[in-house]
Amino acid sequence: MNQEPPYKLRLEHLSFFYGDFQALDDVNLEIRPRQVFGLMGPAKSGKSTLLRVLNRMSDLIPGARVAGRVWLDQDDILAPDYDVVALRRRVGLVLSKPVPLPRSIRENLIMAPRLAGKRGREEQEAVVERSLKAAQLWDEVKDRLSDSALKLSGGQQQRLCLARTLAMEPEVILLDEPTSGLDPISTARIEETLNQLKKSYTIILVSNNTKQIARATDRVAYLLMSRIIEVGDTHRVFTVPQDKRTDDYISGRFG
Amino acid sequence: MRLSPQLTQTLVKILLWALTGLTLLILIFIIVDISVKGLPQVTPAFLFSEPVDMGRHGGIFSTIVATAYITLLAILLASPLGVGTAIYLTEYTREGWATRLIRFGAECLAGVPSIILGLFGFVLFVLKLGFGWSVLSGALTLAIMVLPIIIRTSEEAIKAVPQEYRQACYSLGMSQWQIVTRIVLPSALPGITTGIMLSVGRSLGETAVLLFTAGAALRTPISLFDSGRTMAVHFYILAREGLSMPNAYGTAAVLVISILLINLVAYTLMQRLMKRYT
Repeated sequence: MNQEPPYKLRLEHLSFFYGDFQALDDVNLEIRPRQVFGLMGPAKSGKSTLLRVLNRMSDLIPGARVAGRVWLDQDDILAPDYDVVALRRRVGLVLSKPVPLPRSIRENLIMAPRLAGKRGREEQEAVVERSLKAAQLWDEVKDRLSDSALKLSGGQQQRLCLARTLAMEPEVILLDEPTSGLDPISTARIEETLNQLKKSYTIILVSNNTKQIARATDRVAYLLMSRIIEVGDTHRVFTVPQDKRTDDYISGRFG
Repeated sequence: MRLSPQLTQTLVKILLWALTGLTLLILIFIIVDISVKGLPQVTPAFLFSEPVDMGRHGGIFSTIVATAYITLLAILLASPLGVGTAIYLTEYTREGWATRLIRFGAECLAGVPSIILGLFGFVLFVLKLGFGWSVLSGALTLAIMVLPIIIRTSEEAIKAVPQEYRQACYSLGMSQWQIVTRIVLPSALPGITTGIMLSVGRSLGETAVLLFTAGAALRTPISLFDSGRTMAVHFYILAREGLSMPNAYGTAAVLVISILLINLVAYTLMQRLMKRYT
């Protein structure tokens, strides 16, 4: 009875165009629940675009066009009448550059949940504590929740942004190169956090750091020039890649 | 002959310093001149008694009331309209011929001389709509006059709010209206306030528009349909008709000092507010 469906997200023949430029070409993928799924590939290969289609942030780009289907559980999320606000509450996105809002740490975390209907004071405090703990930031900021979020360090800001996404209790978390601007220690903390989070969330991690993909993901897809070249368990892809182009990329012979 | 870089640098510095100094000097001269000639007149009795004998004697109470009444009403009418237009232009529509047309229209409106705007207000509000020479006609025409200022400054302020804030909020499942009201407008508030303060200044000092639309009655206006004479108009009439130069300067001093005070208060409040958000 309690058997989970084999996938959380399924992409069928997904293509994406910015005007004349095709950013995604017939992508087919199945993403399993409670795993970290990695997307790697060189710049402009379509990784970030793919991520943005999954919570329809791609709608905001003028002149963009999408074809194909994306299923989130049983829902066809690319359907024109699908409620994108509800979708983005289920599928959270953490951007590469941390963007704390010019408010207090607490306000950053509870603004979106409050607008989604969490009004009780105690309920909100619980959200703050739970999400900060999950993002491993609680111990560093618990005594200064009313301070401006802009005063935090870069690594702390990125964990705050992760906590802010977690505060919405999404089902899927999308991360677009979340550690690209961070030092190795902050990076390690984020990776450790992801490892904890995958027990309860489905995570998709975009990174052009292949070592990070190897360390932090369970399954991986290699994207090159808008196409999926190879998909598989991370360990298998990194030890016996089936496509020569994947081999070239992960061993640094690309280009 | 070529000057050495150091000498050029020094000369340019002196030149720029002199230009800045000159600007400041003009401002200081105006304030000092008006204060010296006007402040001796400004007593509590001057502020709180009605003008007597066309303003030759007595105070300026009715003109202070008319000024506050008309300016406040004009700003209350123009602000929502201007800020709303700016929100529409920046957040709710994509750049195209329609936005360019609206912007072009607003800029043309800003270029219309105030005397012509006054004539327009006279024809439309005073005659056609039958509001007569009144606080309402004056405020409506002033609102049209300051609308382009509010639209332009609000638009710039809203555009200056980082695009990333909007992205971050969208990705948290906030709707566009929630983002506009809770993130964009609070962040743009200092710029929007600057525009509104500029408009307050323009309205306080306007004469041409009000001569045509609000009239020059010296009674204290109560109803929206009463005529009212603002301080600027009062000053103009006193000086032009040669009724009383001392009283004219007294009125000018009150006007200038209130503009300075309003700016000071607005600036302080703004500073306080910004501290909360950063």
